[in-house]
Amino acid sequence: MHQLTMADLAVLMRRVAGADEDAVELGTGNEDTGFDDLGYDSLALLETMRAVEREYGVRLPDDILAESTNPGELLALVNLSLARS
Amino acid sequence: MTTPVVVTGIGVTAPNGLGTDAYWAATLRGESGIGPISRFDPAGYPVRLAGEVPDFVAEDHIPNRLLPQTDHMTRLSLLAARMALADAAVDPAELDEFGMGVVTASSSGGFEFGQREMAKLWSKGGQFVSAYQSFAWFYAVNTGQISIMHGLRGPASVLVADQAGGLDAIAQARRYVRRGTDLVVTGGVDGALCPWGWVAQIAGGRLSSQADPRRAYLPFDVDASGFVPGEGGAILVVESAESARSRAAGTVYGEIAGYAATFDPPVHSGRQPGLRRAIELALADADLAAGDVDVVFADGYGVPDLDMAEAGAITAVFGVDGVPVVVPKAMTGRLYSGGAPLDVAAALLAIRDGVIPPAGYVSDVPRHYGMDLVIGKPRHVPVTAALVLARGHGGFNSAMVVRAA
Repeated sequence: MHQLTMADLAVLMRRVAGADEDAVELGTGNEDTGFDDLGYDSLALLETMRAVEREYGVRLPDDILAESTNPGELLALVNLSLARS
Repeated sequence: MTTPVVVTGIGVTAPNGLGTDAYWAATLRGESGIGPISRFDPAGYPVRLAGEVPDFVAEDHIPNRLLPQTDHMTRLSLLAARMALADAAVDPAELDEFGMGVVTASSSGGFEFGQREMAKLWSKGGQFVSAYQSFAWFYAVNTGQISIMHGLRGPASVLVADQAGGLDAIAQARRYVRRGTDLVVTGGVDGALCPWGWVAQIAGGRLSSQADPRRAYLPFDVDASGFVPGEGGAILVVESAESARSRAAGTVYGEIAGYAATFDPPVHSGRQPGLRRAIELALADADLAAGDVDVVFADGYGVPDLDMAEAGAITAVFGVDGVPVVVPKAMTGRLYSGGAPLDVAAALLAIRDGVIPPAGYVSDVPRHYGMDLVIGKPRHVPVTAALVLARGHGGFNSAMVVRAA
């Protein structure tokens, strides 16, 4: 099964939740930075999960949302679901 | 004695001008912003004119992060709020975040955003609906987004009463200030210029189906044939006179001196509509007599029987030709909850400049209205006190008095 890279995730998040000149941009190197500091709220994460579901044809469990506090954690959980599907 | 509540900042997004100066200059020139709808193809609808805000490019004014989650009218409200705060020389970061509140009015919420997501729901399925739909459609969304953008964490609310709600919101802001909030961002910016919003408005039965932009919305004119809707409105910064003094606010435009709201009795009750009572109560609240009012900003529905009812209420209080009446919304269309705040802004600018605006293409007012309507060109008169009227669909009446501070 296809696995997401951090670059894929960054592109997705920018598309569904916007980018911000003032905030730190999501990309390789800041996967441990909290979503709060990156300026992404829970709805932005929900949008991101839905986009993954649509584009990769998987169903992601909702608890991913609660368990991910930074991009690294989100990517690992998403890829775990992708591997299982 | 309650402390006077004053307006220290104005932000305008109007169909005949983006920004306060552009709007006011166009309004005094008698320039209308009503024209063919460009935001969607109106060819299949019986009504094809609207007042659209010109020159607004969302990407130039709205942070990129907010673009996926905001309706067009919310974007306009965010720009108006930023302009109002800048005009008031307020940097929210320097003030107590819990001492600043937000009250806006809304008539329907973010229809254009909602339509897009509904279309996804029906054509592709629930997985394709944006999570932001959860609030982007919502009529309280402008209050929320303005509050979040500027870190205004004091009291916040939204008023829903069609056109009258715009005044109700400003009155609620005045209550917050009187109860101790330092400063409140208030007013209304509205608009639903999309097919879904459009059919809902057409179903209301009061839109003009005239095709000529110069003839379509003629409030108080013998040829009045309904109204043209528009988008936009105004956001104001209000605060106590004391707060304005202590932080050396630049311009004090005027005081929110009086307000009242009434509700019409049932249509077939035979009792008088409530507008006259709203006017009398607002004057009493401002401690003014009718003779103290220099100009009335009329609601101006553009529907003959409603125009006549309003003329009747005005002449009942002020007498025949007893006060100059203006209806600058003839140049913007009716902006729903944005309309009255825009009129309040215009009234404050009239106080500042000693001039009252003409009524666009309105040219022939029935004599029996008994109204001294300002038409053709602006009138230069000193303005100390102005009365703004607004009626909402279903029986809402609100009246507000602003006067020189």
